[in-house]
Amino acid sequence: MIAAIASLTTLGLMLGLGLGVAARKLKVEGNPLVAELESMLPGSQCGQCGYPGCTGAAQALADGNAPVTLCPPGGRDLVVQLAAKMGVEADLSGVKDTVPSIAEVREELCIGCTRCFKVCPTDAILGASKHIHSVFREACTACGKCVDACPTEAILMLPVPVTLQTWYWQRPVMGAAA
Amino acid sequence: MNLLSRLKLRGGVHPVGRKELSAEAPICALPLPERLFISLQQHIGAPASATVSVGDKVLKGQLIAGSQGMISAPVHAATSGRVVAVGDYPAPHPSGLPVPTITIEADGDDRWLDFDPPADPMALSPEEIATRVGAAGIVGLGGAAFPSAVKLNLSRKSGVTTLIMNGGECEPYLTCDDRLMRDHPGAVIAGILLIQRAVAAPQVLVGIEDNKPEAIAAMRAAAAGTGVQIVPVPSMYPMGSEKQLIQALTGKEIPAGGRAADIGVLVHNVGTAYAVHEALAFGRPLVRRIVTVSGGAVTVPRNLEVLIGTPAQALFDFCGGYKDVPARLVMGGPMMGQEMTNPNVPVIKGTSGVLALTNQEIGRPSPAPCIRCSTCVRACPVGLLPLEMAAHIRIGDLGAAVDLGLKDCIACGSCSYVCPAHIPLVHYFNYAKGDLSAKERAKLKQEATKKLAEARNERMDRIARDRAEAARLRAVKKAAQEAAKKAAAEAKSQATEVAA
Repeated sequence: MIAAIASLTTLGLMLGLGLGVAARKLKVEGNPLVAELESMLPGSQCGQCGYPGCTGAAQALADGNAPVTLCPPGGRDLVVQLAAKMGVEADLSGVKDTVPSIAEVREELCIGCTRCFKVCPTDAILGASKHIHSVFREACTACGKCVDACPTEAILMLPVPVTLQTWYWQRPVMGAAA
Repeated sequence: MNLLSRLKLRGGVHPVGRKELSAEAPICALPLPERLFISLQQHIGAPASATVSVGDKVLKGQLIAGSQGMISAPVHAATSGRVVAVGDYPAPHPSGLPVPTITIEADGDDRWLDFDPPADPMALSPEEIATRVGAAGIVGLGGAAFPSAVKLNLSRKSGVTTLIMNGGECEPYLTCDDRLMRDHPGAVIAGILLIQRAVAAPQVLVGIEDNKPEAIAAMRAAAAGTGVQIVPVPSMYPMGSEKQLIQALTGKEIPAGGRAADIGVLVHNVGTAYAVHEALAFGRPLVRRIVTVSGGAVTVPRNLEVLIGTPAQALFDFCGGYKDVPARLVMGGPMMGQEMTNPNVPVIKGTSGVLALTNQEIGRPSPAPCIRCSTCVRACPVGLLPLEMAAHIRIGDLGAAVDLGLKDCIACGSCSYVCPAHIPLVHYFNYAKGDLSAKERAKLKQEATKKLAEARNERMDRIARDRAEAARLRAVKKAAQEAAKKAAAEAKSQATEVAA
């Protein structure tokens, strides 16, 4: 009787101790889903979704507080990817099938106020006070922050120009056939 | 070629050759055109960058654009004259998009730059041969236009057991390689030996389709005693594709996603060998090539030696113009060539032919639903399932198409050619490959911009921290100053008190 009580108590204590140590040692820092979602988002922290940067947006997505259609610069492809990750059905009706675009400075309107490059999250605008500004196409994520900041409406969002290197055959038009 | 190795080959189709239109026409030189439009992107890789400006006088063979980057090729003036424009001109490409181009107005003298060719090219070291090939702007003349020197250098480092020279020319209509081997077999063999020396290949095989008996005979005669073996291969499309030719000649198959170098093979086109000989024996850079002008709409189909940069229209005009309304102009062969949107686009290094095809030749039947007859599966030389891949691509599931081997598709068009429902299968694959690489580029850009955003955030934090620190230091300094002032004032008042 006493031996049984003692052995079960010891066993219980040891397992309890093991669980306690495991809970501390193997503690999960935050939700791993948030990190995964964040890596899929554009990462330019533009804030168009209404959340504080892409981390905030990923958190809201993981908590189920935001729809997968939250990211305007990500476009349709991102919605599809997020929906697959979250295991939800994506409602693509509201998503504009945006062509990839980039900002372009209309040089005749630029007054060199530097406001746009101060807000650019990826340092994609080059300029100095009282000098015409210019956009590095390779670095622009089309977040649109500069458009809002420009006092003279000198910044336009234009589709990325097609070059010989980026051109490819369009999808064949087949109707219902094939 | 025995029956056994024939059986080893997979797929392939037998399109109507139509080579008889131009095969008996010996190579003749096209008269000098008034203007040459020399594209700076005639090769795979980074475009060349112009080293001349408007108004400069240039001589034939003079460097006008240098290569930039690891994979690139320089461009040379194809005739003597004056540079009249450096800027955009329509590219020989189905998109018709502009490409940086140098326009040269010919002075009519066609005077070569003075070269100092080596006395004995075969005495040059392998490195030196590769360097000279690179400087001559030589690219793969079979159509892919990959810079040859890059291929030579990589192969020398990785080791080559078999050098294969591609004289397959399996595309219908094209006869430029056939004529080159018939008319200049000695120069081709000399070029082959130089390439062999550059990569130290113990074995050299020249694969020529058995529908070119004259070329095989001429090359055999020229190759006698050199160790170069001329091997007839069955006439079948796409025999001139690198993978198929290697398999036909060596029985080895390039692994999926691999390169010829992985199995110790290097493949060059016979036209490239001719250009290598020109460059090393005479010092002449690649400024001209043999182009087949053919098609049902051309009055007199023939093979022309053409300066790079000549507008395609000049070639058609020299061949007597059109005898029928051309329904489609094609640069390259009818199977894999590119439609020309504009007859004035220039000949580039990779142009093997310009075709003016009649309505009857192209045929535009409208596609019908797939009946899963699997004719395309039997035709595919790579062993893929074109019907399945196209079905997945049609519904936008590109990932499934990749799983089925989309990336191993060589875009030969055999599947589209045999499809009884006229489904544009290869068009689907080209679209899907383009879309996938666009996605890949977007992903790379996203990674790069993410890094930029992180760097900026870090910088902003650092600036804020530095400002706060500076403000704190200022406050401390001010406080110290005020304390000192106060102390001084107190000392003064004490002093006056003492004095009083």
